[in-house]
Amino acid sequence: MTKRITVTLNNELRSLDVEPSDVLLDILRETLGVKSPKIGCERGDCGACTVLLDGKTVRTCLILAIEADGHEITTLEGLSRSGLTPVQQSLLKHNSFQCGFCAPGMVLSATELLGKNPTPSKDEVKEAISGNLCRCTGYEPIIDAVVAVGKKAGKRA
Amino acid sequence: MSSLKFVGQSPERIDGLEKVTGAATYVDDIDFGARLLHAEVVETPYAHALIKSIDTSAAEKVPGVVRVVTGKDFPYRFGLYMQDRFSFPTDRVRFVGEQVAAVVARDAKTAKRAAKLVKVVYQELEPVLDLTKALRDDAVLVHPDLGNYTRCPWFFPQAGTNIAHWRKTRKGDIEKGFKEADVILEDTYTVPRYSHCAIEPHVIVGLYDLSGRLTLWSASQSPYTQRHVLAQALAPLGLSHKDIRVVTPYVGGGFGGKAGVSMEIIGAALVMMVKGQPVKVRWSRAQEFYNTYQRQGVIARIKLGAKKDGTITAIEHSLHWDAGGYVEYGANVVNAVGLSATGPYRIPNVKIDSVCVYTNLPPSGPYRGFGYSEFHFGLESHMTRMAHKLGMDPVDFRRKNAIREGDTLAYGAKMNPCGLQESIDRVAAEIGWGKKEVSKDPNKVIGKGFACFWKAPAMPPNAASAAFLKFNEDGSLNIGVSGMEIGQGYMTVMAQIAAEILMVPIEKIRVELPDTDRNAYEWQTVGSHVTWGCGNAVKAAALDVRAKMFEVVERALGIARDTLYLEDEKVKCRTRADFELPLRDFVINGIQTSHGNFIGGPILGSGVFMPEFTSALSDPETSQGGHPNVHYTVGAAAVTLEIDKQTGKMRVLKATLAVDAGKAINPRLVNGQIVGGIVQGLATVLYEDIRFDLRGKLVNANFTDYKIPTSMDVPLEMVPIIVEVAQPDGPFGARGAAEHTMIPAAAMVANAVEDAVGLRMKTMPITAEKVALELQGIPYEDVKGSYTGFCFAGHPDAYKFHTKSAAKK
Repeated sequence: MTKRITVTLNNELRSLDVEPSDVLLDILRETLGVKSPKIGCERGDCGACTVLLDGKTVRTCLILAIEADGHEITTLEGLSRSGLTPVQQSLLKHNSFQCGFCAPGMVLSATELLGKNPTPSKDEVKEAISGNLCRCTGYEPIIDAVVAVGKKAGKRA
Repeated sequence: MSSLKFVGQSPERIDGLEKVTGAATYVDDIDFGARLLHAEVVETPYAHALIKSIDTSAAEKVPGVVRVVTGKDFPYRFGLYMQDRFSFPTDRVRFVGEQVAAVVARDAKTAKRAAKLVKVVYQELEPVLDLTKALRDDAVLVHPDLGNYTRCPWFFPQAGTNIAHWRKTRKGDIEKGFKEADVILEDTYTVPRYSHCAIEPHVIVGLYDLSGRLTLWSASQSPYTQRHVLAQALAPLGLSHKDIRVVTPYVGGGFGGKAGVSMEIIGAALVMMVKGQPVKVRWSRAQEFYNTYQRQGVIARIKLGAKKDGTITAIEHSLHWDAGGYVEYGANVVNAVGLSATGPYRIPNVKIDSVCVYTNLPPSGPYRGFGYSEFHFGLESHMTRMAHKLGMDPVDFRRKNAIREGDTLAYGAKMNPCGLQESIDRVAAEIGWGKKEVSKDPNKVIGKGFACFWKAPAMPPNAASAAFLKFNEDGSLNIGVSGMEIGQGYMTVMAQIAAEILMVPIEKIRVELPDTDRNAYEWQTVGSHVTWGCGNAVKAAALDVRAKMFEVVERALGIARDTLYLEDEKVKCRTRADFELPLRDFVINGIQTSHGNFIGGPILGSGVFMPEFTSALSDPETSQGGHPNVHYTVGAAAVTLEIDKQTGKMRVLKATLAVDAGKAINPRLVNGQIVGGIVQGLATVLYEDIRFDLRGKLVNANFTDYKIPTSMDVPLEMVPIIVEVAQPDGPFGARGAAEHTMIPAAAMVANAVEDAVGLRMKTMPITAEKVALELQGIPYEDVKGSYTGFCFAGHPDAYKFHTKSAAKK
């Protein structure tokens, strides 16, 4: 038994048939061919599968595909299409990532934070990305990069 | 050296853009189309059992199942240093979760469903879960056939026992050394197992095509070593190296866990059974914990003697390792420690016994630090305690005994140039050593802890690196190497080294990810040796290419090659200021002469590096006579730790670490290793707490119950310090500085805990729970329950075995 769902994926309307038990992460990666959300733990611990659902970060390993019906999904691919966003530029400049596997989720969590709070403090950044595990960097260069975006924005404002 | 233009700078990572845009492709991201098959492994629930029968008939009948594979189909053993591991075991299982069969199906759900229908009948055996029992004369044997296994010549397994390897190092006269000592301190330290926790789980896709070619796309630190180990394992099926290709795209974290071959053997075995169809094997997070490698546990007994003035006279260090069911790689961890467990100190009389013991727990293997983190916990705790016993400052005691260039190492070779004194001094200054800090909160106390460290790469003496280099029409160039970008910044550093010789900006240099069909050889990306080893190969390749360019210019234009030099992507001449030839004008199409013909052609070159001065041949009873390690990297670290006396909760106010990188090719990347390593090291002492039940089953194989740090858990301040005492045989003086940065963490925290609250913790980890209980006078050992992270059930101090009982064999 399948169900037809329609999602807006990175600003494009996509319709597809899914099984009721299909997990959104698998559908994004295997059916829709969007590979930036990664499989890290399949139980909501690591945040590697993070995407924006209607602008809010969710772990796609914990969501069924049918729950996304009618919603808007943004992955890192969607964010990157029209050039680097300020937070991507800052992460690049700060050498923020090492292996890069956590990067897609981390960028989206930082993007959500900066959307709500354009000039976050260090503690606010730490809290915002605390659901995204990174084993390489000790988090410091990621935190510094996100804080720097806020400082730049603060100067412009 | 001051004239360096690219080396010593900190450009952005050349893989940075791919990673911030999501363009970076990992194995699981590669599409293989509708014909891709998926595999599910059938795992044993027993730590030790005989396999009596396997019935696959019900699974085979499930629609969508293509093939069910067992040890009958694929009964081959494999291993990097000792061939003791099975693709699928045929007679017995040796740890909970070991694969006994696998189902290959059209889709993952079908494979999973069918795997549950495979019926395996076992005869359960007594599991070996306690090191003392493992070493008894009447011990149950994990590998009854140990004596028949193929192994490297520097391993000494003892047939008829559970001892897979025993590294003995003897220097000087140990009895005389202790007689000369005014103070002797002896104690036992224990370190449990740990999991690497790379965020990307292991995954392999393989295709054995209809022509008989095997290609593997692997999340690996070791493409060439995988090809070699698999070629050995697959030899009975008629495959050789030329028939096997290993492709390794970006890897989502390694930390040693993706070195060598672990679950990849299953992928290779399955594809051989379904010719013409690709198969994917992707590990779950739980499998990642129990069926790749774990860091082995250890019980370490240290006896240290020193004179009143602080001179160390002797060390006896006995380490018994819980190495798990298979030690094909892990036994070399034990070996490395057996050569180096003096720590970075000049000690005239040394006796080290490092004993690799089989148990029925998950296989052990390489983990960032390669055994050094484990033995430094005891040794660097002991150093501080000895200083206190002598009435000396712990930093002064270390300064007095710190190793220097030219000192005789435990195995007889000489110590390389090193900046240990400078590291100690700079760390002590940065942490404000000797200045007591007081918390404003009366419930909290602050302590400081200090530790030194050292580590050498553990490599076979013929572990080589090689590089290809070729130019493109626009004067850009590609470097074909097979070191692995596991996040450390390897590709950027290789580009900087080539840039320095060729005077081409790094924006014009592509460093290619490995493909064994195409890129030059690299043994493995382990041991923090690729900056040094592969860096030397890339430098040699760049010099080769430069010489070829000058030769072409001389032949075509008649300008003597020894007057030529490179600058700003051009060939220039010392004696003719008006001459300059852009590289892009000739590196592919050659140089046109006055006759109209062209001289030259595509410029390409190669370089090789082999540490020809090393040797693993030595006396097995003393380890004297060889030169097993290429060099040591040294450093020091310190921490300021705040402890809540009621809850035991610890907060790292400041951590600082100095490492002697020889020459930091890219200082910002070295700092990245220091900060990342500090946090990974602190995780092993403050948070990560592995637990097995009494039948050997891992009970916390997930990130909910096995905690690694989040962004909320990092130190308030981290100060990386780079020391640069050049390594004479390193590229521009560089040596490795990556693994090292997590080694001192556990001991510096233990020392800070004692400084703050007077508790000496001798068992890792040092969690808030443990500290809180001990502060209330409740011994943690009495209340911890039956789940244990160690290969023993009792109190660590109760373990008085070491070499004597084990020597009985």
